[in-house]
Amino acid sequence: MADDANPIALNRAGLIGKPVDRLEGKLKVSGTADYAYEVMEKPGAAFGYLVGATIPRGKIAGVDISAAEAAPGVLLVWTHRNAPSQPAPGTQSQAGSQAPAQPELYDERIRFYGQTAALVVAESFEQAAAAARLVRIDYEADAGAAVVFDDMHAAARDTGGDEEAQKGDFDAAFASAPAVIDATWTTPVQNHCQMEPHASLCWWEGDQVYAFTSNQSVKRPQHALGETLGIDRNKVHLRARYIGGGFGGKNNSYADLTLSALAARELKRPVKIALTRQQMFHMTVHRPATVQRVRLAADRNGQLTGISHETISHCARADRFMERASAFTKNLYAAPNRRIGHKLALMDLPVAGAMRAPGEAVGMLALECAMDELAEQLGMDPVDLRILNEPDVDPTDGRPFSTRPLVRCLKEGAQAFGWDARIPTPRHTRDGRWWVGTGMAAAIRGNFLLPAKAQIHISAEGIVTVRQAMTDIGTGTYTILAQIAAETLGVPLEEVRIELGHSEWAPAPGSGGSFGAASAGSAAMDAGINLRSKLAALAVGDAASPLHGGDPAKAEFRDGNIVIGNQAEALGDLVRRASPQGVDAVGAVTPDPKGREYSQHTYGGHFCEVGVDAVTGEVRVRRMIGVFAAGRILNHKTARSQLTGGMIWGIGGALHEENHVDPRFGSFVAQDLAQYHVPAQADIAGLDAWFIDEVDDIANPLGIKGVGELGICGAGAAVANAVYNACGVRVRDYPITVEKVLAGLQALEG
Amino acid sequence: MQIRLTVNGEPRALEVDVRASLLDVLREGLALKGTKKGCDHGQCGACTVLVDGVRINSCLTLAVMHDGDAVTTIEGVGTPEALHPIQQAFLEQDAFQCGYCTPGQICSALGMLAEAAAGHPSHATADLLAPVELTEPEIRERMSGNLCRCSAYPQIVAAIRQAAEAA
Ligand code: FES
Ligand code: FES
Repeated sequence: MADDANPIALNRAGLIGKPVDRLEGKLKVSGTADYAYEVMEKPGAAFGYLVGATIPRGKIAGVDISAAEAAPGVLLVWTHRNAPSQPAPGTQSQAGSQAPAQPELYDERIRFYGQTAALVVAESFEQAAAAARLVRIDYEADAGAAVVFDDMHAAARDTGGDEEAQKGDFDAAFASAPAVIDATWTTPVQNHCQMEPHASLCWWEGDQVYAFTSNQSVKRPQHALGETLGIDRNKVHLRARYIGGGFGGKNNSYADLTLSALAARELKRPVKIALTRQQMFHMTVHRPATVQRVRLAADRNGQLTGISHETISHCARADRFMERASAFTKNLYAAPNRRIGHKLALMDLPVAGAMRAPGEAVGMLALECAMDELAEQLGMDPVDLRILNEPDVDPTDGRPFSTRPLVRCLKEGAQAFGWDARIPTPRHTRDGRWWVGTGMAAAIRGNFLLPAKAQIHISAEGIVTVRQAMTDIGTGTYTILAQIAAETLGVPLEEVRIELGHSEWAPAPGSGGSFGAASAGSAAMDAGINLRSKLAALAVGDAASPLHGGDPAKAEFRDGNIVIGNQAEALGDLVRRASPQGVDAVGAVTPDPKGREYSQHTYGGHFCEVGVDAVTGEVRVRRMIGVFAAGRILNHKTARSQLTGGMIWGIGGALHEENHVDPRFGSFVAQDLAQYHVPAQADIAGLDAWFIDEVDDIANPLGIKGVGELGICGAGAAVANAVYNACGVRVRDYPITVEKVLAGLQALEG
Repeated sequence: MQIRLTVNGEPRALEVDVRASLLDVLREGLALKGTKKGCDHGQCGACTVLVDGVRINSCLTLAVMHDGDAVTTIEGVGTPEALHPIQQAFLEQDAFQCGYCTPGQICSALGMLAEAAAGHPSHATADLLAPVELTEPEIRERMSGNLCRCSAYPQIVAAIRQAAEAA
């Protein structure tokens, strides 16, 4: 679209980019935003409580629910023996279905530890929780249920899919290079730990079900529930208005949705179910552990001649989810000889899934530390090494980049941080008992656009309402859609309403993969432009309008008016008179096939200073900045928050977060927030993020790119590199916890 | 069992299950859904409310233990139409994303500011005898019982400072 026809590029009212407060913010700070479990539209909900299996794989051999059924207040107890029959898992019988049936309690098989084995519904939460403890289930574990976590290599199998990324002769390049790195990094199981546990509340009206749930998308759980219940999905009215965090772990729906819908149908009253914090660790998804071997080959000047990044990640036996930790390496640095690979190790563990920046989040913890090691070996500055290996086109497929300001990010970050004062030799600065050092890393994250639609309405009062089957999981969707609609129609922000989270509304892909703003927002702008055409036609065709007879192609929209030449009319006046029921329009975005001719990413540079306690090995981030390029920024306030949030996740990945597998049960050892350490307020200090000015006209009609995942990419590597620079210890087995640092310090100090 | 609570200034008499946490009684018994349940085990702070002015994790205490107590929840702090200055500061500083930890953060911040004003030291306090100065490390230390997985931590500190300076 030409810039002079694109209201977002024109930005006449200056709303695009403006750091406005969150549209729904007043509700959130006053506790009046209602999350799924809290919805009051239909009072009198009964309380469901789930019971999880306690074996890694096997079957339910015996069930006794009599005591639970006899407990006070109990309304229903289900196991696979008496739960309603449902379509087989994977059933996708409705045309255009986006998600398969997700039956629960449908057979005696246990496929992973924590799988839902029973449901209790009672009048109160206390009664349901107490009765759940009375459900007796005897399990028979399969012989040979296998969790071979310590040797992922032994269990790994090739999965293919990276053929296009093999280039030249890596082995020959590696064998002949004067400078090489060959090391293996490991990353542990990580858990999403959204603050709001997965929850659903359902009721029925006739043959229609109303389902409030905590999900990153609206259409997928709607479709899944339609398939599971065996009803036309249009009879599923899915609602996801407020979602207490997603991070990839609410891409799917889980037992809370399926079973609250089934139990509500059975009991003819609303039923709500929330997973407990403990249940979330097994009943939902996690980020799988990885083992990553990175090899770099370079000439004496630092020019890379070969890059290899090979990842093994684990996966549930019946699933094929892969942490594609090597994938970004295809696009980051130039080198003629390349080897990229992924393998899966199947185990009897719960199902893994996407967690914020799947692939990059843990992959950059390896590659960006390997680059640091190479820089040291060559005696080069790590920023210079990266700049030297900056490709002109995508190093794997030769496509041009839509934009590629990585070098600018690195240079501006280095300058803002004061990188030129850095001392490259480790163990150079002592502040009391702290070793102090600095590190940096690059950031890259793929950019995507998915098809989306939007509907828009202007009322006789001049209020503009955008409706979408879209979500805001904390990402700022409500706010940026309002900015887009207000800028497109030239109305003040206060006159825009955004209504999300209803499955009946125009479909959008939801929040995930950093595609939400681009997809939903582009559709909203298109709807706004279509509404403008309708309003212009209305005005010039209306004898009572001062714009009557004007050229609708010349119509401009500003300050709440439609303007042609020197004639203007307030939008509300026009609509009230000429179309008192309001005016509606729809809009859509479909990815332009031309976009695929470009390699599209967001970029950044992280710079970090840490202190390492010479006595205890404790690592503390002292200050950190990230400079990012993510196309046009719609809202500098909310976008910055996405980035700083991501950077803190990076710190968590480097220093804190890990889960361990208990091979006896195929379970995770940490099952709560005391054992699984997510970064807390005291772990964070002086941290900031900002953007360089850029627009990506290839990416989408808004010229924007996703920001939800970029901040985590590379952030942890900058921390790890700073730890080395501070104290001389390289820990390649994440997270960098005190015992590993101490062991390294002792080895150095003898 | 019958208990009496004063909730956000209003006297309430209610019949509660002796097993019910104060959190569940607030959310389910009194329909005050602003107080959140993040873990039900005292590990996240989402359920923080003020009991007689002191911040507590309401999931970690039984409702029956509070017969006669005065409880302030987020609904008693301010409303969307009339935000408390600290709520306004959270809004302006973007001190939340998904918003689920937010009521707990705000109640905790109010309790924390009162503790600091009363001279209670923290792990980060250098001088135990001097009045508490609300530096960033002090705020971070005192707010570490409230997890925010969206990681709005820098913005939360900024919001608390803004509110504390305005007060
Ligand atoms: S819900 Fe009370 S501390 Fe987490
Ligand atoms: S705002 Fe989402 S957890 Fe704090």
